[in-house]
Amino acid sequence: MSGGALSEALAHPETSAADGDLGASLAGSPAGPWRRAFRRLRRDRAALGAGIVLLVILVASLAAPLYASLVSRTDPFRSNLSGKIMIDGKRTPIMQPSTEGRGLGVTPIGPTWRGSYFLGADAQGRDVAARLLHGGRNSLLIAGSATAICLILAAIIGTTAGFLGGGVDMVLSRILDVLWAFPVYLLAISLSIVLISKPIIIGPITIGSGSLILPIVIIGLVYAPYVARPVRGQVLALRNSEFVLASIGLGMPTWRILMRDILPNVSTTLIVYIPLMMALNITTESALSFLSVGVQPPDASWGTIILDGQGLLYTRPAVSLAPGVAIVITVLALNLLGDSVRDALDPRAGLRR
Amino acid sequence: MPGSGGEPMIAVIVARIVQMLFVMLGISVVVFLIFFATPGADPSARIAGRNATQETLAAVRKDFGLDRPMPVQYVLLMKRLFVTGDLTSFANRGQRVIPQIMDAAPITLALVLGAAVLWVVGALVLGVVAAASRDTLLDRGLMGLALIGVSMPVFWFGEVMNLLSQSRMHDTIFFSWVPSLGYKPLSDGFAPWFKTLVIPWFTLAVLYIGFYARVLRANLVETYHEDFIRTARAKGLGPLRIMLRHALRPSLIPFVTMFGLDFGALVGGAALLTEVVFGLNGIGRLTYVALQSLDLPVILATVIYASFFVVAANALVDIAYAALDPRVRSGR
Repeated sequence: MSGGALSEALAHPETSAADGDLGASLAGSPAGPWRRAFRRLRRDRAALGAGIVLLVILVASLAAPLYASLVSRTDPFRSNLSGKIMIDGKRTPIMQPSTEGRGLGVTPIGPTWRGSYFLGADAQGRDVAARLLHGGRNSLLIAGSATAICLILAAIIGTTAGFLGGGVDMVLSRILDVLWAFPVYLLAISLSIVLISKPIIIGPITIGSGSLILPIVIIGLVYAPYVARPVRGQVLALRNSEFVLASIGLGMPTWRILMRDILPNVSTTLIVYIPLMMALNITTESALSFLSVGVQPPDASWGTIILDGQGLLYTRPAVSLAPGVAIVITVLALNLLGDSVRDALDPRAGLRR
Repeated sequence: MPGSGGEPMIAVIVARIVQMLFVMLGISVVVFLIFFATPGADPSARIAGRNATQETLAAVRKDFGLDRPMPVQYVLLMKRLFVTGDLTSFANRGQRVIPQIMDAAPITLALVLGAAVLWVVGALVLGVVAAASRDTLLDRGLMGLALIGVSMPVFWFGEVMNLLSQSRMHDTIFFSWVPSLGYKPLSDGFAPWFKTLVIPWFTLAVLYIGFYARVLRANLVETYHEDFIRTARAKGLGPLRIMLRHALRPSLIPFVTMFGLDFGALVGGAALLTEVVFGLNGIGRLTYVALQSLDLPVILATVIYASFFVVAANALVDIAYAALDPRVRSGR
């Protein structure tokens, strides 16, 4: 995805959140900004809907092992080329004689719309529905952890650069410039190709090539500059604001200024980024896995299942379509939630109406 | 900066070029470190590709000067990339890397240029219509579509388009004209070239139409609250004139900035997924094929060339901005 579009989308919030908080806060004791934001969010139907959808997807993904053992009774990771399942009392082979071309070779079974092989099988005879849920676990885990890494890194770098200023800021800003100018996918591909080919041994820790830590760290790292830059700008402005100057003048220790004055202000920015970065990271993970430099087989993620289905696209499109639909729904819900969170936390959103 | 009437243009250009060169240096160092100094495998084994013999490994070590100090290796690599241009691939038995990139570049450019035309026109129409009809059902519908466009992974959308146009609906009037996947050069005639690219253009543009239409609508709605729009209304100007002459122009500024960044990023690798799905042998697919055969010199070269292109494109956009808008010059 594009850096330009990302930064612009965040800089120009849409004017949608309606709220009558002004009257409410005048009547009683004024509610804090957090409570006010939460109240606005709760009243936002789009945010509520998106939140419910995300919750359902999360629960379904977490229940993947239950689905595999109770509902589908299939092993999502073992290939099953000679297996048979019962459909309407008939034993049907999972890999069926091909109907395309001259009838040579086999085609995996299509969607059965029953417990086992609900969405059919992939080229190795594995249950697509069971893999979809397992893949969702990995996709969400990677996107979530990468978001956490990205935001923590960005907060540390941005705050350090913005607050200390001077030479430290110079060095950090230049490093951010370089990483920011890097095309995201190319940076991620370069890192992946080098790191995934062989296990990495750092002291006592060995990170295998199939480890999920690699995509998590890589995705978290490549997007950090996109968040670190605005954080730095915000901290720089705060650093020179009157209330921070007053704290410095009163002789407050630096850690106290950082914790009490800077951090609460920066944290709203970071919270606005959470759903948007999640959305971006899910797409990035699927793209890297699709290029075979993300999650490694036999493990699954939504991206790897799309890749598995590529060869079956014209005969068994469900294999590729299902994970794509899952991605679209998840990312759509995250984007909706992101818009709402941004509007709820932006004190000017009500005025702009 | 207080009270400055703007630096002279030449100073802005020089400063921006210096910054550009610095970023290029930084990127080349980062890429070098990623490929030659990450912990784990021996770099010669990485470069040689799968199942390399001892002789190949020795040849790689000699070729890239891997027994010499790091700074020397770096300079050697840069020399082979930009001066002599004789970087060779080992996984592909001595094929020169740079000519491959030069052959692939026009295909990527054709893809991105066409998509760019589509997405600018599409986003302008969508954004203006949505803003003009804001808070109506039409606005909601258009913005809903834009949001779906933004939320689709481009490679998956490409596969869906392939499924429809190559298989499921290929025999209907909608897609019977679609040729099989792959690129046909312009020298084969305009019509075949155009036909192979229409669906890739559309696929790549959809995501950006969504993004740009959303941003443009938000900017337009915000601009409508400005005093000069109220003045224009008070003067009795028609709504069409207010929209197109007064509101649209200031709202386009972020649009243009985004375009510069995204266009550069797409040429520099972001179009990779689209190229892979549609079998277009541009720079992205070159990188992808190299990825499958673990052909590191090719990846190394495409990454450096592409990111240099992005950096240069960004610098150009900034300079063009400074030339157009004096405020940018004094703001630095």
